[in-house]
Amino acid sequence: MTPTYYLLLSALLFTIGAVGVLVRRNAIVVFMCVELMLNAVNLTLVTFARINGSLDGQVMAFFVMVVAAAEVVVGLAIIMSIFRTRRTASVDDANLLKY
Amino acid sequence: MSNSAMLLAQAGAEVAKVSTGEAISFWILAPLALGGALGMIFARNAVHSAMFLVLTMLSLGVMYMVQQAPFLGFVQIIVYTGAIMMLFLFVLMLVGRDSSDSVVEVLRGQRVWAAILGIGLAGLLVTGVAEALTSVRPVGLAEQNAGGANVANIGRSVFTDYLFPFELTSALLITAALGAMVLGYTDKSKRRTQRETADARFRGEHDRPSPLPGPGVYATANSVAVPALLPDGSIAPESVSAIIEATASRELATDIETVAGAIPGPDAHALKPAAAKEGDK
Repeated sequence: MTPTYYLLLSALLFTIGAVGVLVRRNAIVVFMCVELMLNAVNLTLVTFARINGSLDGQVMAFFVMVVAAAEVVVGLAIIMSIFRTRRTASVDDANLLKY
Repeated sequence: MSNSAMLLAQAGAEVAKVSTGEAISFWILAPLALGGALGMIFARNAVHSAMFLVLTMLSLGVMYMVQQAPFLGFVQIIVYTGAIMMLFLFVLMLVGRDSSDSVVEVLRGQRVWAAILGIGLAGLLVTGVAEALTSVRPVGLAEQNAGGANVANIGRSVFTDYLFPFELTSALLITAALGAMVLGYTDKSKRRTQRETADARFRGEHDRPSPLPGPGVYATANSVAVPALLPDGSIAPESVSAIIEATASRELATDIETVAGAIPGPDAHALKPAAAKEGDK
């Protein structure tokens, strides 16, 4: 086993997250799939930090976590305000711009 | 020439091998992470999805620690599984656990195409990475992490090389906090008084000026399922709540027939013989 296996695992996790974003209709679950994709990228960054023998990748992963936290806060607030006006958390029902 | 290249490649392959303990932990954690991710996609209930994602994130956190990133491993567990997933669960509980996915496909064949695209993307990524990085020799972070200096070195890096991005993240966090407050704010200070509500009613802002008639008013029975009767004897449909409207009609059939007069209502004299018998005893 080599560190490449971690990269393969993270590629699979990223794909699962992307498919989840396409398939699921509940906005919160879609959001969780985005989080999974961010986590997969973090695993890649940590693995590359180890392969290259430099801490830059870990610092980058740290920044990704900060941005993800900010994104979660704003995204969940948006979902809450959509839910408050439309009484639904489904991405299909938030189609005001469509018509 | 080719001989030495082969020797070098062999040496690279030797070095690229990780320790047995790490291999064991990887083969335990990787199926857990993958299973969690798949479970998250396929779970019908959103809370189960969140729990599966927690499993994946915990396995990733342990993997970070195994991969010489102890600080990130702990941050992963504390921030992601601790704070962010709790936030998710909090919002799930607010929105309502039952708001599960609709099975209706708005775009035809979307799921099939998503699966095909996913398999294609996975194939491309996996073969690409496997092809490009098989003979990579990892340098390792033993030097940077010597004596538990991982956190110190990350901190030094953040406050020297990455100082400007770090300052930018502070601005980002403040913006996110403000944004969440603005989006989550509802103005409760301007609550209407009774007088204003009454005026608005008669100005026509509501459907009707008076409250809805209660069920059973002027009717022959006082069940909630019985609609109120208007003075002319007709049925007031607004008096029955929407929940009863939605119940199966056979459960209300007898009530409806009673109101319609198909079944004679309870006779006041019907109780008399029984009462007389009671008295006889």
